[in-house]
Amino acid sequence: MILAVAQEVSYVSNSVGNDTASEQLRQPRPDKVQSQQAVGRRRKPADKRKTLEILFFISPALILIAVFMLLPIIQAIRFSVYNWKGFGPLVDFVGLKNYARVLQNEVFTDAMIHNLIIIGGSIALQLPIGLGIALLLNRKMKIQSLLRTIIFVPYVLSEVIAGVIWFQLLQPQYGVVDTIMSKLGIQGPAQGWLGTPELALWTVLAVLTWKYLGLAVILFLAGLQGVPSELYEAAEIDGASWWQIQRKITIPLLGPTLRTWGFLSMIGSLQLFDMVWILTGGGPANSTTTMASFLVSEGTKRQNFGVAAAASVVLFIVALILAISYQQFVLKRDSQPDEDRTKSKKVKV
Amino acid sequence: MISKSRTAKFFALAATGSLLFSGCASGSENPEASGDKTTTITWWHNSNNGEGKAYYEKVAKDFEAAHKGVDIEVHAMQHEDMLTKLDAAFQSGDTPDVYMERGGGELAAHVAAGLTKDLSDSASDELKFLGDTAGGWQIDGKTYALPYSLGAAGFWYNKALFKKAGVEKAPETWQDLLDASDKLKKAGITPISVGAGDKWPAAHYWYYAAVRECAEQTLSNAVSNLDFSDQCFVKAGDDVTQLIDAEPFNPGFLSTPAQSGPTSASGLLATGKVAMELAGHWEPGVMQGLTEDGKGLGEDTGWFSFPAIEGGQGDPKAQLGGGDAWAVAQNAPDEAVEFAKYMVSEKVQRGFAELDMGLPANPEAKDAVADPALASMLDVRDKAPYFQLYFDTAFGASVGGAMNDQIALLFAGKSEAQKIVDASQDAADLEK
Repeated sequence: MILAVAQEVSYVSNSVGNDTASEQLRQPRPDKVQSQQAVGRRRKPADKRKTLEILFFISPALILIAVFMLLPIIQAIRFSVYNWKGFGPLVDFVGLKNYARVLQNEVFTDAMIHNLIIIGGSIALQLPIGLGIALLLNRKMKIQSLLRTIIFVPYVLSEVIAGVIWFQLLQPQYGVVDTIMSKLGIQGPAQGWLGTPELALWTVLAVLTWKYLGLAVILFLAGLQGVPSELYEAAEIDGASWWQIQRKITIPLLGPTLRTWGFLSMIGSLQLFDMVWILTGGGPANSTTTMASFLVSEGTKRQNFGVAAAASVVLFIVALILAISYQQFVLKRDSQPDEDRTKSKKVKV
Repeated sequence: MISKSRTAKFFALAATGSLLFSGCASGSENPEASGDKTTTITWWHNSNNGEGKAYYEKVAKDFEAAHKGVDIEVHAMQHEDMLTKLDAAFQSGDTPDVYMERGGGELAAHVAAGLTKDLSDSASDELKFLGDTAGGWQIDGKTYALPYSLGAAGFWYNKALFKKAGVEKAPETWQDLLDASDKLKKAGITPISVGAGDKWPAAHYWYYAAVRECAEQTLSNAVSNLDFSDQCFVKAGDDVTQLIDAEPFNPGFLSTPAQSGPTSASGLLATGKVAMELAGHWEPGVMQGLTEDGKGLGEDTGWFSFPAIEGGQGDPKAQLGGGDAWAVAQNAPDEAVEFAKYMVSEKVQRGFAELDMGLPANPEAKDAVADPALASMLDVRDKAPYFQLYFDTAFGASVGGAMNDQIALLFAGKSEAQKIVDASQDAADLEK
């Protein structure tokens, strides 16, 4: 249930995004408002019927959302104010004590920092590498589609399977990585990559980069398709070099794609659970605990469901705040009306 | 035309919906109950493969044959699966009639929530021959489950590797263990594997050290009053620190899992990569599953009890361990109690022992244990002056979890003896 809540964060934040975007699209131009309203008044009975029809058709979806999204969120909030072992009636009301226990817990605050490191690290690593690969793959060459597939395969692989494979590869002493390194005369860390507290989080980050680079590349490639070829031609005629074209034309026009990808990456990093759970279980010495892994171990291993629910609500709020501020400050420019955008561009120039 | 097809679609939807719901309804009802007077008992167990599963099916059939009108619904599940499903069942209140309880704080929580039946009177005969072994399932003088398997933890070791390193006899004191570890290291053998990635295998070291350091009275006081103020608990941490500082553990032990795969702690012992491991009575079975020939260490398998610690107030013969018992749900029919009683009878327990499914709690079945290493452990178990349940079970998930986390930190060099006690006490105070 708590997991469900964690997952919902993405749905909710996504839908927030869609709403603002679509609202702006729906906003009619001032000059047309008058006539549309006039038409609307005349067609009222038909509209009523239409509303009913829409209601009828979206009600299954609404019911599903209510049962599987809203209800669990409400339940999680309810659990979070009780001291509850996971069975029996909810009787031991403790108010906000569970929240205090979560926020004063060093393991949880460290987990928040780990989440932030993963957010920053993912973007810092995947953005330049992904962009570089996408730009290279965007050139015409013979094995283009084969290369694209190879880059994308890790993303298609189930996270659990990828995690188990990497867990085996990274075994100390007997693992493939350590074996290859020792053949080359390099000694791997004594406790292994995942067993050394100082290295574990970076190892997880490396595996995540391997896993999610494919998504970044595919998205960037899709964005590149949207850059009109006339611009390239014009630049070439003007004598621009390949580098100049990438810097002055491709990357600026890729902006909206990059920003959307950044959003997806951020939300994914915030909810990071599967990979951590399989590779390290949050250990060693809590050095890779994320907010999600904290709440799962608090709930299922220690049966402190109240505390786990409080942690899930905190995670929900953190994700919501980050998502909304990202929408507000970063994605908004992509959904601005054309006039505003040209205005702001003029100011820049 | 349009409206017609729309109506048709609506009816199609409605029909599908009603089909779905009726499907659910018939699933939860028992079709036989309405016909004649059949009582259905649901039984969950974790012997989900091979001979064990077949044996339990036979046991259920035998019981049905002896009790007319009783139908047993057997659900064999993988152990971890079963625990997850049991948790879900307790949450919903729809528990199976007969299920496994591990005692201690876990059971106490179930009893407090009114989920488990008091068996003190209805199974008084069985409790007579089970004697002390049922102690882990007693709360306020009432017994809530009948133990069927009870095993102590200890060191499982590779006899061949010990010989190779020149360790002649199994360690008896803490110093012996440190010396043996030194000798093994000099011979180029990793002395001990520990699955500290799963935390509890590391925690067992601290539990056992505490059993050696603390007097029996101190332990029972800790269990009933959640009081860890006695200095012996800090000493236990110091002992474990001494062992960790000697670096006897397998490389990467902080991320090593307990039992899954050949590079797990059990896997390393089973494949001869390390000389010993502290584990419970399940170890031979686990090792068999992790080797290609299915034999584990085979004839090289040895077992010795956790060494004595000098100056400790605990009896060096006392054992730490755990067991499994059959509990009956509060709302289960009387036949379920009969079935739980039948499960600990000499007849069923003998078959259980012959298949090495565990260490039988019924004293009449003890001579049926086939595996020699298990039989030797059985001796130690029965000669123990007292038996301490694994702390994480005894204190319950919340206190046990805090304790295990802190012990795992100690293994990582990120905690100290006093902090284990403090973290456990803090978690315990929240329970009071």
